[in-house]
Amino acid sequence: MSDTRVVVVGAGPAGMRACAALVAAGLTPILIDEAARSGGRIYQQPPQGAARPGRELYGFEAAKAARIHALEAQLAGRIDHRRETLVWNCFEDALDLLGPSGPSRQPFDALILATGATDLALPFPGWTLPGVYALGGAQIALKTQGCGIGRRVVFLGAGPLLPLVAWQYVQAGADVAAVLDATPFAAKLRGLPNMLFAPATLAKGAYYVARLLAAGVPMAWGVGGPRAEGDGRVERVHFVTAGGDARVVACDALGASFGLRSETQLADLAGCDFVFDRRTRQYVPARDVAGRTSRRFVYVAGDGAGIGGADAAELAGERAALALAEDLGLPVDVNRAAFLDGRLARLDRFRRGLETAYPFPAHLLRDIGDDTMLCRCEGIAVGALRAAARDKGAPELNRAKAFTRIGMGRCQGRMCGRAAAELLAAARGEDLARAGRLRGQPPVKPIPMIPELLS
Amino acid sequence: MSVGVFDVAIVGGGTAGCAAALALRKRGMSVVLLEKGQCGAMASGTNFGGVRRQGRDFREMPLATRARAIWDRLPELVGEDCEFRATGHLKLARDAAEMAELERYARDARDHGLELSVVGGNAVRALYPWLGEAVTGASLCPDDGQANPRLVGPAFARAARAAGAEIREFAPVTHARWTGAGFEIDAGGATLRARLLVNVAGFWGGEVAAWFGEPVPIRPLCPNMVVTEPVPYVIDRSIGVCGGNVYVRQVERGNVIFGGGRGWGDTARAISRPRADVARDAMARTLAILPWLRDARIIRTWTGFDGEMPDDIPVIGPSRTTPGLIHAFGFSGHGFQLGPAIGEIVAELVADGRSASPLAPFAIARFAGAPPAPAPR
Amino acid sequence: MQFVRLKPRDGETVALTIDGRSVEARAGDTLMTAILLHAPALRRFEFGDGARAGYCLMGACQDCFVALADGDRVRACTTLVAPGMAVRTGTRDV
Repeated sequence: MSDTRVVVVGAGPAGMRACAALVAAGLTPILIDEAARSGGRIYQQPPQGAARPGRELYGFEAAKAARIHALEAQLAGRIDHRRETLVWNCFEDALDLLGPSGPSRQPFDALILATGATDLALPFPGWTLPGVYALGGAQIALKTQGCGIGRRVVFLGAGPLLPLVAWQYVQAGADVAAVLDATPFAAKLRGLPNMLFAPATLAKGAYYVARLLAAGVPMAWGVGGPRAEGDGRVERVHFVTAGGDARVVACDALGASFGLRSETQLADLAGCDFVFDRRTRQYVPARDVAGRTSRRFVYVAGDGAGIGGADAAELAGERAALALAEDLGLPVDVNRAAFLDGRLARLDRFRRGLETAYPFPAHLLRDIGDDTMLCRCEGIAVGALRAAARDKGAPELNRAKAFTRIGMGRCQGRMCGRAAAELLAAARGEDLARAGRLRGQPPVKPIPMIPELLS
Repeated sequence: MSVGVFDVAIVGGGTAGCAAALALRKRGMSVVLLEKGQCGAMASGTNFGGVRRQGRDFREMPLATRARAIWDRLPELVGEDCEFRATGHLKLARDAAEMAELERYARDARDHGLELSVVGGNAVRALYPWLGEAVTGASLCPDDGQANPRLVGPAFARAARAAGAEIREFAPVTHARWTGAGFEIDAGGATLRARLLVNVAGFWGGEVAAWFGEPVPIRPLCPNMVVTEPVPYVIDRSIGVCGGNVYVRQVERGNVIFGGGRGWGDTARAISRPRADVARDAMARTLAILPWLRDARIIRTWTGFDGEMPDDIPVIGPSRTTPGLIHAFGFSGHGFQLGPAIGEIVAELVADGRSASPLAPFAIARFAGAPPAPAPR
Repeated sequence: MQFVRLKPRDGETVALTIDGRSVEARAGDTLMTAILLHAPALRRFEFGDGARAGYCLMGACQDCFVALADGDRVRACTTLVAPGMAVRTGTRDV
């Protein structure tokens, strides 16, 4: 078994737990990650020289972050950790890599994709102005650089990250001008019954909101019509309250995003089947409870397999590794597997509650004007997509992409693809699932043109 | 209409098929077009986008000249220009032998109505300072150009539909047969009837021909394509090289598109993938002629399916076994420019039984008795 | 400038230039941080008016590619600042 080539992509909670379980099973996994250090995005470590106390960086999650980071040291020498290495393609039984020493091709016998998630961006007028950042981006600036995205910051969102990031900014001494939640306050109560399956998480959410209110930070729920304005950079944010009143807040930065979306390009390039996940309104790789995809010896775990959060990612990473070991014919602790399945099911119920508490803010897209920029890479507006859907008969995203260049830029539709699906379905009056998904095309991120570097 | 008998059924929704549907509607015939996926999404939509006469096999030149006139009329024909720009096509020589090849082709092309201007290395760099040292000469065909392949097939499909053609997408044709009085076509779970049948099914045209007892040695061709992020616009010609192992163009928005070599394809599932090693070779060849491109990032690679004939020219013309069956497929990687004219030619063959264009070299009879294609890789 | 250093820290200083202007960053700063502590934006937008100053900070949106004087271009949010870097934002007149 020692010559079995097992590759894990992603060194976040799912990928690290997968590696630990693979090592325990007697394997020597190759761990590939774009970052220099483990942790993924949720437990991202500051670069050398920018370290700060874990409690300051990760708050309540400091102990979990520390355990993941400690795994990296514990596994040293027992895994082949390829740092600062981009997996830009998966074709047949090999990955195309680009690392510090150049390009290479890595064949695999088994593959665990723990590729994580990004912010779910939704367009609104002014969202491409300098000073407007993704909510997760605002958090990374603070977490890994000790920097704020501005001096006077507005936060806008529709997920549990919103009060957390806002509170972290307040604690760091930033002037938080307003916290605008696009989801209605009443939805929080509707989500309660299922959220009780993870009471600690629920309590943390309530804690951040309470602290923000106590600190005198203006908060609003059920807001609509956000609009960032300014002369060359964001200077104010307009919005409409749940009661229908127009408001404006002066600021020099805006952190805004509306949940998370899974990074699924490699699973797509690996040839995995996808299914539409109605709860998170996105296509995700089809998988069984253990993370097995439609392709033999390819597994998915963590937020890249569907949004479940960091705690679920740890469990799912370990669970996928157990499945892989079992599929290789290695002895596996079935009680441990059953335990993980039970925990994952419980967290899944919590997630359902969370999605109820933070429903997708469809109203933000419904009223959006044709001139609002949708594809920030290519500078293509919402109206172009609507015209492609209505006038040119584009029935799904890839055709709309072909007609309009939406999703054709450097980010390959990461930032606009989800919103484009929603807008396409709305324009055609069809179910969201019919809008499909942008097909993955290599490279999943830009690669250099210098062939000596790609030999 | 769908329960009755169509005048014409068209198998394949590439540019040629959609243009044929439009041309046939203009002649008043009832038309159904059957496409297994979406119109213009295979060879028509995934190719390089060159609208080029230079370098063509002279047997194709009358067709290419006819097509070139249509490209100027796209706005009136299909309602948009499909980003067609007559940027000219510049074919590069990289050594003395290639220079001699350019001069020889230019001399012969004159007999086919194509005026090319061939210049040597110094003049090339004066005219095109963005070309690298490796270039020793070039031949310009000024009224060649380029267009956005993603737009052309669908634009013809919309125009054909607006003209009354029935365009059925996601309707794969699983079989077709001659009944003695017409055709029966099994497509997308239904059986349709038509008096006449047009086979413009690209690579899969070989399969259609085989149903009628005339197999041809067609093979899949997956052109391996690469595009960079946008960089300042300087490459104001479409670029080819002798031997054709790389071709490059830059769209006005700045992205540089280049291709060369073959990707991977599974014809049974119609799944194709670009190859990283092939893309790398194309990058090296591109940098040899455009060294300043070295700092550009690659943002996407792709491929698609065309059909390739052993003699590199398509099959165009009536079936030799079945009355009322017209073939036009196997464009061997250079059908994009021809597509709009193929539509008109097919309509002539269908309606008049003959075409104004010389089609003798393209007869399917040239493969009579040929062994079928070897199994694809 | 767009960013503000909320958690000042010591450490080696790193000298770089932004559009010819000499500035100082700290070891451990990303290039994005180093630039946005001193400038309002990273680059011009290719397809319209205005500038861009990044968006996701996690190497996903590819919005923050900046040009260096040697012609190379790097993703500022995932590149650590290095001594002598010379950045051209091209945004002074935007």
